[in-house]
Amino acid sequence: MKTIFYLVQKEFIQLFRNRVMLPMMFVMPIFQMLVLLYAATLEMKDIKMAVIDLDHTQASRSLVNKFEASPFYNIIDYSASSGIAEEEMARDRVDVIITIPNEFGEKLNKAEPGDVQLLINAINGAKAGLIYAYSMNVISQYTAEFVSLKGVIPQQYSSGNIDIRYRFWFNEELNFKFFMLPGILVILVTVMGMALSALSLVKEKELGTIEQINVSPVRKYQFLAGKLIPFWLVALFELAFGLTIGRIFFDIPIRGSLLLLFAFSSVYLVAIMGIGLFFSTITQTQQQIMFLFFFFNIVFILMSGLFTPVESMPQWAQTLNILNPLAYFMKVIRMILLKGSELQDILAEIINLSMIAVVMLGLAVWRYRKTS
Amino acid sequence: MNSKEKVIEVRGLTKKFGNFTAIDRLDFDVFKGEIFGFLGANGAGKTTAIKILCGLLHPSSGKASVAGYDVYKQTESVKRSIGYMSQRFSLYEDLSLYENIRFYGGIYGLRGKFLKERSNDMIARLGLEKEKKTLIADMPPGWKQKIAFSIALIHEPKIVFLDEPTGGVDPITRRQFWDLIYEVASKGLTVFVTTHYMDEAEYCNRLSIMDEGKIVALDSPDRLKSEYSAKDINEVFVKIAR
Amino acid sequence: MNSFAGFVKKEFLHIFRDPRTLLILFGMPVAQIMIFGYVITNEIKDIPIAIFDQAKDRASREISNKLVSSGYFSLKMNLNSIKEVEPVLRQGEVKEVIVFEPDFNNKMESGNKGTVQLLTDASDPNTANLIVSYTSGIIRDYALSRYGSEKMPSLIEPKIRMMYNQDLKGVFMFVPGTMALILMLISAMMTSISISREKELGTMEVLMVSPIKPFQIVVGKLIPYIVLSFINAVVIIALGTFVFGLPVRGSLILLLLESLLFISLALSLGILISTVSNSQMVAMFISLIGLMLPTILLSGFIYPIENMPLILQWISNIMPPKWYIIIVKDIMIKGEGLRFVWKETLIMLGMTLFFMLAAIKRFKIRLE
Repeated sequence: MKTIFYLVQKEFIQLFRNRVMLPMMFVMPIFQMLVLLYAATLEMKDIKMAVIDLDHTQASRSLVNKFEASPFYNIIDYSASSGIAEEEMARDRVDVIITIPNEFGEKLNKAEPGDVQLLINAINGAKAGLIYAYSMNVISQYTAEFVSLKGVIPQQYSSGNIDIRYRFWFNEELNFKFFMLPGILVILVTVMGMALSALSLVKEKELGTIEQINVSPVRKYQFLAGKLIPFWLVALFELAFGLTIGRIFFDIPIRGSLLLLFAFSSVYLVAIMGIGLFFSTITQTQQQIMFLFFFFNIVFILMSGLFTPVESMPQWAQTLNILNPLAYFMKVIRMILLKGSELQDILAEIINLSMIAVVMLGLAVWRYRKTS
Repeated sequence: MNSKEKVIEVRGLTKKFGNFTAIDRLDFDVFKGEIFGFLGANGAGKTTAIKILCGLLHPSSGKASVAGYDVYKQTESVKRSIGYMSQRFSLYEDLSLYENIRFYGGIYGLRGKFLKERSNDMIARLGLEKEKKTLIADMPPGWKQKIAFSIALIHEPKIVFLDEPTGGVDPITRRQFWDLIYEVASKGLTVFVTTHYMDEAEYCNRLSIMDEGKIVALDSPDRLKSEYSAKDINEVFVKIAR
Repeated sequence: MNSFAGFVKKEFLHIFRDPRTLLILFGMPVAQIMIFGYVITNEIKDIPIAIFDQAKDRASREISNKLVSSGYFSLKMNLNSIKEVEPVLRQGEVKEVIVFEPDFNNKMESGNKGTVQLLTDASDPNTANLIVSYTSGIIRDYALSRYGSEKMPSLIEPKIRMMYNQDLKGVFMFVPGTMALILMLISAMMTSISISREKELGTMEVLMVSPIKPFQIVVGKLIPYIVLSFINAVVIIALGTFVFGLPVRGSLILLLLESLLFISLALSLGILISTVSNSQMVAMFISLIGLMLPTILLSGFIYPIENMPLILQWISNIMPPKWYIIIVKDIMIKGEGLRFVWKETLIMLGMTLFFMLAAIKRFKIRLE
């Protein structure tokens, strides 16, 4: 046990003496929180809508007003110059063009379908999907109101007659930052924990100091524990630091138990660092291992549900996610922070993650060779 | 000095990397308290041999025992009995002198007060009391080399393996380093050293000359010289290599 | 010049002798394209929902059926009490609970409003928003259709056209983004690490005293990465075209030339980073924070720039990938030519020169 202490102590001395890494430990979380969180937003507040109103009736104007009243749209009138609108879209200055044909109002009054045309800039498919959903919502609300107003169809059948009430649980104001902040914490903790420990091992290989350790009676598990424990503590510290920033600057809710969150993170870190240490046993240079990291982390992060719901992924991807530690952490940190989930809610995740941790650590110890 | 107690026994030791035979059926013994040298050109197999004896490499075939332990089966016991210093100084450049000593002492199982005393003793013997807190990175190569040697001895091993320990330092520092080697050998420590410097080879008690993975000659420097009627080891080496 | 050729060969060998690196080098763009193409989607599909039906009458059943048969939702469970709502949402088993009040159908027909409550898990706000939009759309449709589907389908029938990207494929965003990301990664990060490595191991000094000139050292380091980056760019375009049917509407040659320009830009950045860092770990973290994250987040790759706070929008202007992504999109998807992208091209050219000069200056200072 005491041997591990000496190994851990050495790592800490090296870490605290490093003029770049130490500041990085504090700059990283602040940078990530303050910049990424503002950058990573899919909040639609400012959809630029070009209106081409060829009808100019009460009906067409009230449809436009309906869009204007929504907080999501920024209306620009292009009725006079319809050709320019498309040119503007090509230059990404317009997101959607709505064209209201000239018999729109007349047709509506006769209860005939009045066609409007929506041109959506769909290069960003996700954004286009949101614009589509919002616009359809506005139009169908308009229809419902128009219908009950004019009495075009018997009132009891108009959709105005179902009162749809909705409540957004766990995030009443649909604050996108509440969603992204836990995700960014996951990346922060992962990069810090996994990369630091594994890189420090490969660095010893590259510089040759590892030989001096390999001729000593230090056991494999002791050496790996010496690489794991310091950065495990660092990563947990980063999590605490990041959470503090999130709490102070963004008022992120912490509805569940912090103890549970840190317990879960501890297990997660062992799993992810086990993977990192395993990588370090199969690589010789820092360049190689960084490559491996980038590859796996990009895959892990993209599949983890950082910005798109896991439920929308194809079945095979969801199956693969059983092996993806980030997917568990991404889910659980949001559950604990935003939903206040408790131990029994995340039991399955804890068990699966523990298994990954045991297997990866085992692999790392097994693959680490004192003798080649 | 030359008691007949064998501390290293090697029989038919072979190591192949793919098709390349790095060392080919080595046979030799090393006795307690002697300074045993491996002389050879780069790539002659010196480092491979020393790495096998230290448990860093698995041999392909043959037998070897170090300090009475089998290098195949009792690797960990071997490691407790040996010290090792390689051509690259295996000190942590970003740790201070004291921190390096403390770390290596710690992982060899020295503890507490004892470790502290030993560390301070060692620094005193090196005459580097003022540099206790200096980072290794800021020291000249000669110092690093002496420190690395001392650290290899921190756990009082029976045998110390030195793999080209004097690479890249000037002749005077080299000479001083050999004084250190004599000093520890006189206390009964066995020193196993590889080198490609002919002058250094002269300092050994016994010398084995390696060429292309084989031992081509093994005896004391004086007898080698008379056997090959050469005035120095350099000449011996040139004659053998022909 | 012979020693230079030997040096370039050595650099190639470094990369090609290591199958792992090579595998990843070419596996990475493929894997990323596949993930973006098949996995990352905001589509609403098979969202797990629960229904708490207190009415169990015609309207509530018909609405439930409509919801499930739409394909957007899949019914995970029926709840029997309002107390069950909170736990199922908290456990994350369902994303939305739909609550029909008792006597829903009668209230609806009698002219008193029938109430439906949609309770959504908004820990993912965008998805929650989409789910609510889709659900209410289906319910409103139902209400209208009760009047008689032949006569009155729905009053306004918008004709939707998705410009440039009919099926809302993500491929239009992620192919340009992935190209920027991979080229950045290989060109900038790998060169900076590779040069820092020589410094860390002390082999840089050996090279410096050799007859090879410093600029040759740098150029020698760059050549393999230029080749690799270029091959990767071609692979990504080919994958986008042949697997995902992404058109190259503009000139392919222009696209490749612009890619080369971007590669040079990234390389000069890489050299600049290596001159300020003395260890591989430092080079990696600078690359990570200075290059990778901005490439992913501040270039419009995943998150639209116009939604960001103004400060970040300004910062995004100095992010090279932003301009490259714009160019790629304009050429590939909109089929525009140099007439359209000359401004962006000039910006990239200027940046390349700037970084190159800065790197040379720093490199010289270090040599003296």
